[in-house]
Amino acid sequence: MTPPTSTPAPTNGLAFLLKNRLYNTLSEIGEAFRLFAETIFQIFRPPWQFDLLMKQLLFIGFNSLTVVLVSGFFTGMVLGVQGYVQLKPYAVEGSVAQFVSVSVVKELGPMITAFVLSGRIGASITAELSTMKVTEQIDALEVMGTNPVKYLVVPRFLACSIMLPTLTIFSTFAGIFGGYIAVVTLFGFNGSFYILQVQQHLYIGSVFISLIKATSFGMAIAAVGCYKGFSISSAGGAEGVGTATTGSAVISLITILVLDFILNHILFNLLGFS
Amino acid sequence: MISIKNVRKSFGEKNVLNGIDLEVPLGETLVILGRSGCGKSVLLKIIAGLLSIDGGEVWVDGTEITKLKRKKMNQIRQKIGMLFQSAALFDSMSVAENIAFMLDQHTDLTQQEMRKVVDEKLKLVDLDGVQELRPAQLSGGMRKRVGLARALAFNPEIILYDEPTTGLDPVTCNEINELIRDLNKKLQVTSVVVTHDMHSAFSVGTLMVMLHEGKKLAYGTPDSMINEDNPILQQFILFGAPDQILNIDDPTLRKYTGRKTE
Ligand SMILES: Nc1ncnc2c1ncn2[C@@H]1O[C@H](COP(=O)(O)OP(=O)(O)OP(=O)(O)O)[C@@H](O)[C@H]1O
Ligand SMILES: [Mg+2]
Repeated sequence: MTPPTSTPAPTNGLAFLLKNRLYNTLSEIGEAFRLFAETIFQIFRPPWQFDLLMKQLLFIGFNSLTVVLVSGFFTGMVLGVQGYVQLKPYAVEGSVAQFVSVSVVKELGPMITAFVLSGRIGASITAELSTMKVTEQIDALEVMGTNPVKYLVVPRFLACSIMLPTLTIFSTFAGIFGGYIAVVTLFGFNGSFYILQVQQHLYIGSVFISLIKATSFGMAIAAVGCYKGFSISSAGGAEGVGTATTGSAVISLITILVLDFILNHILFNLLGFS
Repeated sequence: MISIKNVRKSFGEKNVLNGIDLEVPLGETLVILGRSGCGKSVLLKIIAGLLSIDGGEVWVDGTEITKLKRKKMNQIRQKIGMLFQSAALFDSMSVAENIAFMLDQHTDLTQQEMRKVVDEKLKLVDLDGVQELRPAQLSGGMRKRVGLARALAFNPEIILYDEPTTGLDPVTCNEINELIRDLNKKLQVTSVVVTHDMHSAFSVGTLMVMLHEGKKLAYGTPDSMINEDNPILQQFILFGAPDQILNIDDPTLRKYTGRKTE
């Protein structure tokens, strides 16, 4: 038996660990942005394969519509109950419809939709791409002269960016409807007054904000999902696929929250929307 | 056609290739031998431009490919067909779509014309009636042959085979060997074949190389390999080859069989 020729470098100092961790995180973020940049570049380069995009759009739509509607509906119900109960002591429970619709449109509609899709679509993108990576299918694409970013990432990225705002519209309506059902059935609120209030407080600017947010969340979900799928080591195996998939869902949730904060700051604080 | 100069590759601490030089002239078939894990698949992927290297040069069809832009590389790749060790079929597509993939991506052929190519290539690998199946519905050997059909679909000038006969029955094995030889003779295809199957190695190879511990242990024609006086190589050939295909009276071989002559 030959003794080991060199002792491994010390890897236990706290400073060393932190430095290493920071370095890894930063270089991962850098890599993710590189993938993002290449995706944007490839979106504008012909040939465009609309059939691939269509397939992704349908996949996302079919997979998420029901969950998005149900989540939106219950979020609206919760807001209705909370709003009514909280506003009542000040005798302004009449504004509950305004409260529900404004929160749903500007904040919770895009947010709930993004949460649902990051768990369903983001994770499934990562699972699919990382499986393709470990089974050499990405290599096979490369060897056949097809750019994996153009073939795999671009359609998923576009589909998420399109479907998130689309589904957000559905979840927003479901939310407003959920609020209606809650306050009308539980508190005997006047239904036509609810609808009138919603109409009065649904500005085109709010809808615009909602869609801007949703589109950004969609891009983030696809970018994180694809990056986590591609960045798995080809020697990762099934275990690697599992780790990448759960990692993807967690990271996209955090990304969505951070992005939401940044967008709120920019839109409401810097640009002065209300 | 393919020329490899002093190629080095390591994964982290692990040195896999340690300065390899190889030449595969136009129309030759190079067989790569070596123990499991010695870097044969890695070498094929390097030739296909799928793995970056840590040092050296790789020339394919007169171009140094290691620092090539993707666009240029893709032009070269249209001349390369590759059969992966795992077959690497796209499992979201049918067999026919797998085989027609390059035609679909790089040509304007109609569905009908592509179907003709698919049928023709499947016939070459002795499969039929599997066009509409998914890769998951195939047996291991069938998957391998579909992978081969896919590698042939674009009529490549260079074909890289990673264990083309592993997992096949002896009859199919023989057909695949003949197919490789035919492509080579009739179409002047340049091939690199990784195999553990000595029968296949000696029946398709016009050149052979044995890799060992990241180095080239022996290189030459099949005849010269048999006569090479190297214990590692000879064990490799002898343990894998049925007596019938070797000339057991060969003095070099006899030395390693441990058999006295009759
Ligand atoms: N993506 C990778 N990451 C890390 N190590 C790798 C990777 N690919 C290959 N290796 C290592 O490189 C070495 C050579 O692998 P390779 O697949 O080329 O072996 P091989 O000669 O083809 O073996 P076999 O005959 O079993 O197919 C192995 O030790 C393997 O651990
Ligand atoms: Mg191998």
